[in-house]
Amino acid sequence: MASPTNTKRLIPWFAAALVLAAIVAAWSWKSGDTEAVLGRTVRAAAPLILGGLCGLIGERSGIVNIGIEGQMLISAFAGFMASSYTAGMGTLASLVIGILAGMIAAALTGTFMGWCAISLKMDQIIAGTVVNIFAAGFTSYAFIQGRTQPTYPQWSVPVLADLPIVGKVFSQGPLTYVAFVVVIIVQFALFRSRWGLRTRAVGEHPSAADTVGIDVLRLRYVNMTIAGSLAGIAGMLLLQSASVFNRGMTNGIGFIALAVMLFGRYRPFGVLLGGLVLGFFNGLQAQLQFRQAFDIPPQFFGMIPFVFTIAVLAFAGVSARPPAAAGVPYEKE
Amino acid sequence: MKQRQWDALRLPLIAVALGLLVGCILIVLAGNNPATAYWALVKGSLSGVTELGRTLDKATPLVMGGLAVAVAFKAGLFNIGGQGQLLLGAAVAAYFGFRFSMPTVIHLPLAMAMGGLAAGLLGWLVGVLKATRGTHEVITTIMLNFVAANLTDWLTSRDGPWKDPESGAIARTPLVNESAEIPRLGGLPTGFLVAVLAAGICWWVFEKTNFGFEVRTTGLNPKAARYAGIKTQRIIVTTMVMSAFLAGVGGAIETQGVAGRFQPGFNTGLGFDGITIALLARTNPLAVVPAALLIGAMDAGSTLMQAEADVAPEIISVIQASILFFIAAPSVVRFIVRMRSDAATDDDMRLSSGWGA
Amino acid sequence: MTTSVLRARGLTKRFPGVLANDSVDLDLNRGEIVGLLGENGAGKSTLVKMLFGVYEPDEGTMEIGGEPADISGPADAIAKGMGMVHQHFQLVGPLTVADNVVLGAEPRSGLFIDEKAAVESVRELSEKFGLDVDPGAVVEDLPVGVQQRVEILKALYRGADILILDEPSAVLTPQETDELLEVMRGLAATGVGIIFITHKLREILAVTDRVVVMRGGAVVGAADTAGSTQEGLAELMVGRPVIFRVEKDQAVPGPTVLYVQGLVARDDRDQRALDNISLQVRSGEIVGVAGVEGNGQRELVETLTGLRRITSGTITIDGEDVTRASPRDIHRLGVGHVPEDREKDGLVSSYSVADNLVLNRYFKKPFSKSGLRDFAAIARNAEKLVADYGVATPAITTGVGTLSGGNKQKVIVARELSETTSLVVASQPTRGVDVGSIEFIHEQLVSARDQGAGVLLVSAELDEIFSLADRIVVLYRGRVVGDMPAADATVEQVGLLMAGAVDA
Repeated sequence: MASPTNTKRLIPWFAAALVLAAIVAAWSWKSGDTEAVLGRTVRAAAPLILGGLCGLIGERSGIVNIGIEGQMLISAFAGFMASSYTAGMGTLASLVIGILAGMIAAALTGTFMGWCAISLKMDQIIAGTVVNIFAAGFTSYAFIQGRTQPTYPQWSVPVLADLPIVGKVFSQGPLTYVAFVVVIIVQFALFRSRWGLRTRAVGEHPSAADTVGIDVLRLRYVNMTIAGSLAGIAGMLLLQSASVFNRGMTNGIGFIALAVMLFGRYRPFGVLLGGLVLGFFNGLQAQLQFRQAFDIPPQFFGMIPFVFTIAVLAFAGVSARPPAAAGVPYEKE
Repeated sequence: MKQRQWDALRLPLIAVALGLLVGCILIVLAGNNPATAYWALVKGSLSGVTELGRTLDKATPLVMGGLAVAVAFKAGLFNIGGQGQLLLGAAVAAYFGFRFSMPTVIHLPLAMAMGGLAAGLLGWLVGVLKATRGTHEVITTIMLNFVAANLTDWLTSRDGPWKDPESGAIARTPLVNESAEIPRLGGLPTGFLVAVLAAGICWWVFEKTNFGFEVRTTGLNPKAARYAGIKTQRIIVTTMVMSAFLAGVGGAIETQGVAGRFQPGFNTGLGFDGITIALLARTNPLAVVPAALLIGAMDAGSTLMQAEADVAPEIISVIQASILFFIAAPSVVRFIVRMRSDAATDDDMRLSSGWGA
Repeated sequence: MTTSVLRARGLTKRFPGVLANDSVDLDLNRGEIVGLLGENGAGKSTLVKMLFGVYEPDEGTMEIGGEPADISGPADAIAKGMGMVHQHFQLVGPLTVADNVVLGAEPRSGLFIDEKAAVESVRELSEKFGLDVDPGAVVEDLPVGVQQRVEILKALYRGADILILDEPSAVLTPQETDELLEVMRGLAATGVGIIFITHKLREILAVTDRVVVMRGGAVVGAADTAGSTQEGLAELMVGRPVIFRVEKDQAVPGPTVLYVQGLVARDDRDQRALDNISLQVRSGEIVGVAGVEGNGQRELVETLTGLRRITSGTITIDGEDVTRASPRDIHRLGVGHVPEDREKDGLVSSYSVADNLVLNRYFKKPFSKSGLRDFAAIARNAEKLVADYGVATPAITTGVGTLSGGNKQKVIVARELSETTSLVVASQPTRGVDVGSIEFIHEQLVSARDQGAGVLLVSAELDEIFSLADRIVVLYRGRVVGDMPAADATVEQVGLLMAGAVDA
């Protein structure tokens, strides 16, 4: 006899089967397009996932972060500048230096937001806004037109990349794979490790954590910095796709990442799913535009993630309870 | 009394000074002369009627955007959607401006009001979702910024219904009819007067009316407001509509008084400027006017600054971000200038508290 | 033979303008239960926070287990064998019992937490000390009494041999309290030394070996419990002879003002919180609603004041059906509401005294004329109420947040009772309040009664109910399980009803 809980458990599997069937059907109808859409889904999902994880780690430890957009932009800028000035050292070295520079820049931005929220007890939304305005202004101000950096390689996974349907999924830039590894690490770290337990405690009930000897403020600082470095990789993912820095190149992706976090109900695997869903819309839009298949204006596709987010929050998001202490500075007695 | 007014003014002034200092450092780092740059900024915004007019042009939507944020703050709401609301207001005002033709006394205010109402509709959605579903307004307003940007983009795009048929590849609406244009008086825009009037009305509402008292009570202590019999959900929706309406009218003034038509992507970043301005004004509607003039002057002068001192206009955003930071972190300002803490400047904002649910 | 586990000498703590602890001495021996008795503000929490390393003492020394100890913080206190059960539980609601217990000292295997070991140690501890808890349960789903056991387990898991319990019975039924006292005896028998903070004399006499009484930041008496009496301790604690009953005349009940019939309502989690409640309050009487917190009291008060939607049933006030009425409609009928968390919910702290005093009437004449506020009338109202209720404030334009706690209370009471004609709903009026304010509120409630209003007093403190109420209604799981004249009721009987042990 299927109890209600059992039926509920079956829903994801049912949904997955449905999705799989749809993909196979689409592939048998238009194989090339389907493969391209799937490949693009994964590519577009990666920065959303990492940006979402950045927001998730912050909020799980009690800090609301709306500065992800700015962090990504700063990362892409720093990474581009670093790669561009070290291009002479060879492609690999230059790219690695760029990635590190991007991660460090975004991580420091995270530390800065941590400082605002933790030590200055500034309103966290204002802190994020400061970062967003600053990032947009500074990267445009300091950007020098006409520089270039080495292009990222494509890594094809042997065997898998030759498969039908999903082949293109396994032919991505190196950082894309990183995103999917990171999300698994964060999932296990958050729910199984000492760091994760303490992070969750600090975000729910900081004084409880404090009374058992956990340094709440320190953990929040550390987490904002770690989270920032993930937003840094997210920013570098944009650079991986574009190969060159553009003013305002994040174009709202940092905000969509926030939506992905909310959609994922503050769970890394939820963020993974949310990222893939929104990545899929992106892939579909690009392919349809490329084919000029339907007469739907691209702007309407552009609205999807945003309308989708509002709808999810308004109607499904009610059961996603944010960490109790999110947004509240911790006042020690 | 004098002393208290000075105290309230001190923090914003110091924050502006520190913001300019940050800008100065960046200009020096880039190898340019900050004195030349800032002098060009002043010249470009104040030296003549044209320059003053440009400053007022820039300041007008900023006053409205600042008011939008300040009004929402009063009810404890954070409206980051000024950008989207302004775009929608500007586009709708343009539509009513070019599509219809009627006497100025009706046409001009009608187009403006329609712009405001269209934006107000966005605000209404935000308010209703907040009041009934608990959806955090920061998220919804951010998301609606992008929705509004896409929507207005499409309206004026190649296949869009409001596209100017004579503009070829350029996406924009036709020029509004003369009867919808906001006149200029001796080179100075009268739209600015509308904005000042709006600021005055807002101030009056919050200081003198029961409704204003109800909004402030809701913002400061929602639970106490409910105990006092105030219908806080209705207040949230009304205030959000008001806030968005103001931003929408700002866009309408931009269309009817400055640009003459709607063109996608104009005035980007206004929603964020509004936050800086509202906080600089400490959410006092009257103080929003000088705060907006300051930022507007910087915007207006930035072109000349680039020409004369070779400093990219984006430095203004950096300065603004710094001002916002210092305003929101009075403890830092106090540390830097050794200012004594006092109650008058210590009422800090606390808005973020988890999303949704 | 007694072994000292904790010895504090001359602990002193000053805060700006206040001497919170004045040279306090405290001793605790192995297997001993020491009661720390005192009113709110007597300095108990400050003392405990110094012991636990939250505050650094300005003067004084401490020894733990005979060794001089300088405690640098809670982590250090824990390491030195202290455990503390806070009045407000320090538990992370969405986590399991086992996770809460091991938090901060997690057993690991490899990179991950060893969940099995965690569960196993919790199970062992709970068996050893007779604390029945399911290690896998999610904490926020557990009843309060069980959550408290989790708190104790947390301390024991860290090897505490000194346990500080801060007002542990505040949230428990008398029966749960008895269980707690039993657990304490058991712990003491295994050698744990316990400092038991409370202001309830009955518990002190029931379980402690010695008692230390604090008043005004200093120790005013220390004695073996065996030779102590309730009256003697109470006098020490308050500093003057204590009358256990509030002085009031016999009630002269008039017609019914509040008539509640078959009331059903849901709580914020959409659970049925009020289950077919019927009760009446007559004018000129105080009806005390007794019950352990969380048995529907909050929802009852909210439905009566129009703040919560009603699923079914009817409410009538002064003959008018107010079942679907708004808070404002109800206020218009002359109902005053003294909310539970007064300073937080009853005041807007950045508003002036004058604005706070019109919070429930700003929309009425003469304070408002065609939607505009009349500041002169608002000021007159404030001047009058400040004088009538003796609110000590520099000016009526002063921000209410800068007033003392007692004066904030007076502002609320002045506002809520000055216009009350029919009914007063008072919720937990003595919670977190100093003695002076309690007396003030009690006097005002009795005087409202004597002027012919009906009073509904909701309180978790049985003492308060018994000293004020003319009739007692007992709530248990959202139902009325008892309704009796106060004169006929006994504490034991009401206690059993509160615990749901008997059906009335």
